[in-house]
Amino acid sequence: MSVLVYAEHDNAALNKATLSVIAAAKEIGGDITVLVAGKGCGAVAEEAAKAEGVAKVLCADNDAYEHQLAENIGELVAEVGADYGHILAAATTTGKNFAPRTAALLDVAQISEISDVVDADTFKRPIYAGNAIATVKCADAKKVITVRPTSFDPVAAEGGSAAVESLDVVKNSELSSFVGEELAKSDRPELASAEIVISGGRGMGNGDNFEILYKVADKLGAAVGASRAAVDAGFVPNDMQVGQTGKIVAPNLYMAVGISGAIQHLAGMKDSKVIVAINKDEEAPIFQVADYGLVADLFEAVPELDSKL
Amino acid sequence: MKVLVPIKRVIDYNVKVRVKADNSGVDLANVKMAMNPFCEIAVEEAVRLKEKGVVSEIVAVSIGPKAAQEQLRTAMALGADRSILVETDEEVQPLGIAKALKAIVDDEKPDLVILGKQAIDDDNNQTGQMLAALAGMPQGTFASEVDVADGKVKVTREIDGGLQTVELKLPAVVTTDLRLNEPRYASLPNIMKAKKKPLDNKTPADLGVDLTPRVTIEKVENPPERQAGIIVGSVDELVEKLKNEAKVI
Repeated sequence: MSVLVYAEHDNAALNKATLSVIAAAKEIGGDITVLVAGKGCGAVAEEAAKAEGVAKVLCADNDAYEHQLAENIGELVAEVGADYGHILAAATTTGKNFAPRTAALLDVAQISEISDVVDADTFKRPIYAGNAIATVKCADAKKVITVRPTSFDPVAAEGGSAAVESLDVVKNSELSSFVGEELAKSDRPELASAEIVISGGRGMGNGDNFEILYKVADKLGAAVGASRAAVDAGFVPNDMQVGQTGKIVAPNLYMAVGISGAIQHLAGMKDSKVIVAINKDEEAPIFQVADYGLVADLFEAVPELDSKL
Repeated sequence: MKVLVPIKRVIDYNVKVRVKADNSGVDLANVKMAMNPFCEIAVEEAVRLKEKGVVSEIVAVSIGPKAAQEQLRTAMALGADRSILVETDEEVQPLGIAKALKAIVDDEKPDLVILGKQAIDDDNNQTGQMLAALAGMPQGTFASEVDVADGKVKVTREIDGGLQTVELKLPAVVTTDLRLNEPRYASLPNIMKAKKKPLDNKTPADLGVDLTPRVTIEKVENPPERQAGIIVGSVDELVEKLKNEAKVI
């Protein structure tokens, strides 16, 4: 059997999450085809063709796919996916949006956010906000799966030389249309793929105080995140939220500043390689998962840290 | 216009989840159950649309055990006009739920279906999208703002890099994200009134749908435990450990 991987991108560059999905596809086994759907996305297809382990790239370049509308992408993937045993997408807001649609059109189950491949029919996935891990087996002939990117080490971005075929399939439901988007602009790395993440919680007090985290982040080349408490308090926008209801991250270094460590937050970062916690409350649950804890007032400790890096 | 709000009975948000010793699942015996939090947001949004005069009727529906009547009564106490329970004691998975909801949609012909983006038990995040596909409707998932006008609904969606706004032709499916609204509490008079609102009982056979699960749960385990590390005494010690011991900066 063969595996179809749906590429995540912004029409200009391939999102690194796709390299992790390809890694999951390799564990399942079989030839890997990557489907790139977008508008003016030829460069993305060329990039996907260089990824390790990719046998073929299909490029569907059409206005209908520019904004990844689920109605159009869901139908395209259902049609293209008819020839494959497994259809994989990243468990990002794009993948989660269209993959269940594709599965329903194919009358098969969808398996969400797998964190491990046991065999071609059996997978592990977190349930109950990461408080339990289920091993699930799917009886359907075709499997539609979303993959938690941080659970799989990405394949090499270079070295492959797959052929790129253009795909002349246009699905345009005209039921939905794109109105606009507001994307957070930042020179810092993307939260989900950064090597270092520094996050602030309710202890930050207000949004302006996040400035001290930005300073440290810029010295370390880190992304800045936040706990749900900080988002709910209006300190920072929701797209900075790390946790079960926000982004799942697993960087080499995660620094939790003024974060108590609610289970909801831990679910989003506990797979990080090294965890540092800075909190003045020595009883805070975050210290139970931290490799290095510092019991201190963050407004003294963070500027001091900044000066010593 | 009519809104359909599918809801799910799940373990209460505040209950600590315990994996059963035989790894067959999560222990739900004598555990407090409640309406899934994202479903509460869906009910609230429907009620606000009714208060604005956009919506004339709200129908709540649940697929699950007889006890899910409690959550339907809660939905009616919050403002739903009537409800439907598709009763089954079997495990039902998202595709089955979506098929049952499709049958209800065919019957009720709502202009809008508003439901939670995911349930906090299985964390699947599939039902709304699957229903939309089966019913041939457009979808606005992970909504943080919903605006209905002129036979269309404009939905602002929480996406990874920020916000995206799409416009959908009605009938459409909207799934709720956390920031869409803050659900109200049901008042005592409304809880009393809800007891008299109509609750229609159906079975999967009445709907003519096959709810057989496609995925079997082989095992449920505790996640790997992370060991607590050390408490450092100063920022200097922290920087030294990160540089020389962990080698991450």
